[in-house]
Amino acid sequence: MSLLAQTDLTEFATPDIAWSLLAPFVVMAVGGILLITITSVVPVLRGRGFPAGFTILTAAVSAWFCRSIWNGFAENGSQSIVADALAIDRMTIVVWAIIAMAVFLVAALFDGYLRRENFDGPEWYVLMLMSASGAMLMAAAQDLILIFLGLEILSIAVYVLAGLHLRRLTSQEAAFKYFILGAVASALFLYGIALVYGATGSTNINVIAGARAANDIGLNPVEDSSMVLAGMALMMIGFAFKVSAVPFHMWTPDVYQGSPTPVVAFMASAVKVAGFAGLVRVFWDGLGYYAPDWRPLISVLAIASLVLGSFMALAQSNVKRMLAYSSITHAGFILVAVHSLAGGSEGGLDSAEGVVNSVAGGEAFLFYLLAYSLLVIGSFGVLTMIGGRDDRGHNLDDLRGLARSRPVLAGLMAVLLFAQAGVPFTSGFTAKFRVILAAANSGSYVLAGIAMLAAVVAAVLYLRVVVSMFMVDAPAVAHAMTATVDDSEADAETEAAEDEADVVDPDRWARIPRPAMFAVFLAVFGTLVLGIFPWGENALREAAVEIAFLRQAG
Amino acid sequence: MSYASLIAAEAAETVDFAVLPSLVLAPLLTMAALLLLPPSREDYLKLTALVGSVITGAISLYVLYAFDMGEPGFQFVTQREWYSTLGLSLFLAIDGISLFLVVLTGVLFPVAILTTEPHHDPKPYYVWMMLLMAGSMGAFMALDLLLFFMFFEVVLVPMYFLIGGWGHGDRVYSAMKFFLYTMAASALMLVGITSLVILAAPDIGFATFDVTVLADNHELGRTASILVFLSFALAFAVKVPLFPVHTWLPDAHTEAPTAGSVILAGVMLKLGTYGLLRFGVYLFPTVVRDLAPLFLTLGVVGIVYGAAVATMQSDLKRLVAYSSVAHMGFIVLGIFALNNQGLSGSIIQMVNHGISTGALFILVGWIYERRHTRQIAELGGLQKSAPIMAGVFTLVMLSSVGLPGLNGFVGEFLILVGAFSSARWWAVIGVSGVILAALYLLWAYQRTFHGPAEGDNATMGDLRRSELLGIMPLLFLIVFLGVYPKPVLDRIEPSVDALIAHVESRVDDFDEDEPEPVTRAGTEGLIQAAEEAHEGEE
Repeated sequence: MSLLAQTDLTEFATPDIAWSLLAPFVVMAVGGILLITITSVVPVLRGRGFPAGFTILTAAVSAWFCRSIWNGFAENGSQSIVADALAIDRMTIVVWAIIAMAVFLVAALFDGYLRRENFDGPEWYVLMLMSASGAMLMAAAQDLILIFLGLEILSIAVYVLAGLHLRRLTSQEAAFKYFILGAVASALFLYGIALVYGATGSTNINVIAGARAANDIGLNPVEDSSMVLAGMALMMIGFAFKVSAVPFHMWTPDVYQGSPTPVVAFMASAVKVAGFAGLVRVFWDGLGYYAPDWRPLISVLAIASLVLGSFMALAQSNVKRMLAYSSITHAGFILVAVHSLAGGSEGGLDSAEGVVNSVAGGEAFLFYLLAYSLLVIGSFGVLTMIGGRDDRGHNLDDLRGLARSRPVLAGLMAVLLFAQAGVPFTSGFTAKFRVILAAANSGSYVLAGIAMLAAVVAAVLYLRVVVSMFMVDAPAVAHAMTATVDDSEADAETEAAEDEADVVDPDRWARIPRPAMFAVFLAVFGTLVLGIFPWGENALREAAVEIAFLRQAG
Repeated sequence: MSYASLIAAEAAETVDFAVLPSLVLAPLLTMAALLLLPPSREDYLKLTALVGSVITGAISLYVLYAFDMGEPGFQFVTQREWYSTLGLSLFLAIDGISLFLVVLTGVLFPVAILTTEPHHDPKPYYVWMMLLMAGSMGAFMALDLLLFFMFFEVVLVPMYFLIGGWGHGDRVYSAMKFFLYTMAASALMLVGITSLVILAAPDIGFATFDVTVLADNHELGRTASILVFLSFALAFAVKVPLFPVHTWLPDAHTEAPTAGSVILAGVMLKLGTYGLLRFGVYLFPTVVRDLAPLFLTLGVVGIVYGAAVATMQSDLKRLVAYSSVAHMGFIVLGIFALNNQGLSGSIIQMVNHGISTGALFILVGWIYERRHTRQIAELGGLQKSAPIMAGVFTLVMLSSVGLPGLNGFVGEFLILVGAFSSARWWAVIGVSGVILAALYLLWAYQRTFHGPAEGDNATMGDLRRSELLGIMPLLFLIVFLGVYPKPVLDRIEPSVDALIAHVESRVDDFDEDEPEPVTRAGTEGLIQAAEEAHEGEE
């Protein structure tokens, strides 16, 4: 039953809500509302420590609920709740856990960042919690309307976050650009929903999946496949924009460069993860029947993202921009996983072989999301710390000699970069290997080859950053970037300059905040553990089997 | 004979402690200890690294001692569960083919650490050395395809840092070139590995990366086997390096710090030839046989080209680097001869090349430290100021030339005998490499050590006692292996025989008219006869 179908309001019956299964999402949303309420009522708590601690606690509680729901799966199996509008299945929980993890780590990054930039107030945290709740909604939604709702909650909060660095024009520019382009993508997505609704008579994914099957036996003459195809194409654009797949990636470098660095960490992890979860939910779960139609589209997006992302990164000199392009390459890899996930549809949807292909794809998909989120949060976490006031120090040259002055930080960054390049014994390698295995499993050898070669090209950019940090000594004259203050901003900065007693420190990098360091440590630890130990492989297999059967069930 | 059954037989006879994993773990633990030490205590750092590498080397010598000589299959088998849903396992074992490469790694690292100095930033330097040691050890012992690939790839990182951080000249460029070149070549190998596993899975009944199972069972289509083999071969060819994908090597070798060059030439290049043997010949016997002419040709071109270019070098280190190209060409020639002598010769030549070229790089490094130049034109008459060094250099150089009675001869001779019986004309051209080696090395020696000593050359210091002590193990091995290679051959040959038997059982139409394989006693006899003949000439 879809929400739109219930037009007669007099008969509207409130659906049963299984609160216990919704807990991770509710905690996130209520956490955000509570935080803004508390800090408005008790202004003392607006200080920097409380919102960060509150957010970290909220994320931890949310993750804890994810865990208890997961443990319940063995008994109860996955469920559709709230009148079939939300699916609480293993994929949902994995994605929710990744989002909760992202909030946890990014909140730790925010703390030091806000102190350095001299912003106070809980807005950053509130917006992030809101955005995360939208992301969670999007990952679980089984109704196109809810997916759109989740997408908008997610996006609007992030548009604001991107522009929250009030002193930097580039931050405003990033927010504006992100907003305009994002709004267009949302509009297209909505139009796609409308078309699919028109063709199938429902916005519910299960109904849509069933509609086609019903059509085959002549039960549902409403079905019009050309309308579905058009709707699919439009929705694909919406998702491609969110996950920044080429050619819908134009916003990524500018927005990543302009936005406050910890916000980028959130954008590149939670937002992308939610986008991918929604993509799989809609296209595989709902429109899996049309996989032969949309699978080539995915492969084109994947190849374009892999090739363009890795080559464009070579031309950059700003590290945030480089990592923006590298995130496009990563998106290409994840799309390859989606492509192999749908590989099960070739040669018989119900064949055992098809299911096996899809399982490999599903495993690769989920593992890549997890590994990539840790990597990208860690990398942008390090950049947050070394960026210096107003995020100025993000050029390749600004990293010069980091290994000498901050050896630990440089070492952690090196691990993260090499992991992104796919060096063995890191999660980056395991993730790439799983994708290649899945691609080969579904017979896409060429796609696998292109992906690996793109990874080599992308390695150049990581090596360039490593060279800057380790192999080039710092310039003889210190930049003293922390001390430079633009005249126009001098007034606002006076107070800040007093705070920043260490501007005269010969060290070019501001002091390193402990929580942020802790977050980066966690990210590196996770990266190594996921690369060496087969941690959670059985859980992953269970989740992937469920994803593979999603389509079969529909 | 099936390798898998050999393993089963071996499994009953377990070793008390996990010997092979400790070869990987000991350097890793040393690395962890180094990370905890303060960066300023250079002496402690070096001592820790040395102790760690010596312990690892000692374990490798224990493996050599405990190795069962008559056993052709894998020994010291350690197999642990790992990613069981994907068919991966932590599978380490050695046989006669990998035994001496493990020992070589165990010997070269302590020597390289003892004889060279990082000059700056000792802490990261030794950390990278230990990581490199762990990775190399792992690569030579891994029998899980993906585990091998992971070790094979992970060694790039420490070597990249060693070249880029402690190298000379255009070190950053060389380090990048080295990393990207090798990474690009092995990128497709990962696709090849996964394809092989997936294509073989229906026949085996489950997906596995276990090399022994894959070798016994896989039945790929012809096109598929060729493509998968080529994806492997490209990765290994770059590592060897085979002509024409050798261009990273002169840069990397020349700009690397001495220890880096030693390990690069001594250990890392062997990963390529070892890979060709273990994952090429063993997994794709028919394809290897069909494509042998291609690789024989590339090997021979490498021999001649490497030698010719080495002759023209004005930089001593670059000369040694190009001599590596030539020597590695010999090893490839031996592998693709696909007979007992060829394979045994190539394995023993891998060890010999590691020792001789490693020693040559150490010597060139010492000259550079004293004279701050590697240009042959600026050197000369060093014999007068450094007679001991000249003597050591002579011995090492002659070993590299392949003088009978020294180690280089044994390998080259076996390779040429093997190649002559199965790939005659390639062997005939390849022989010229021996003569050219004499030309460029003797000429280089002459220009460097003979003649009048002028300026700084006249006052150059001779070898210190510690330096002499450090290089002594290599000198000992050069002479010992040259005079009495039997213990090595005894341990290599059963495994080589098993591998040849495996190839023959796979290749139905193996040449009927191939000469009777020369037995071990026969090989010994041939070497002796040849040595006597040579001695007679002199």
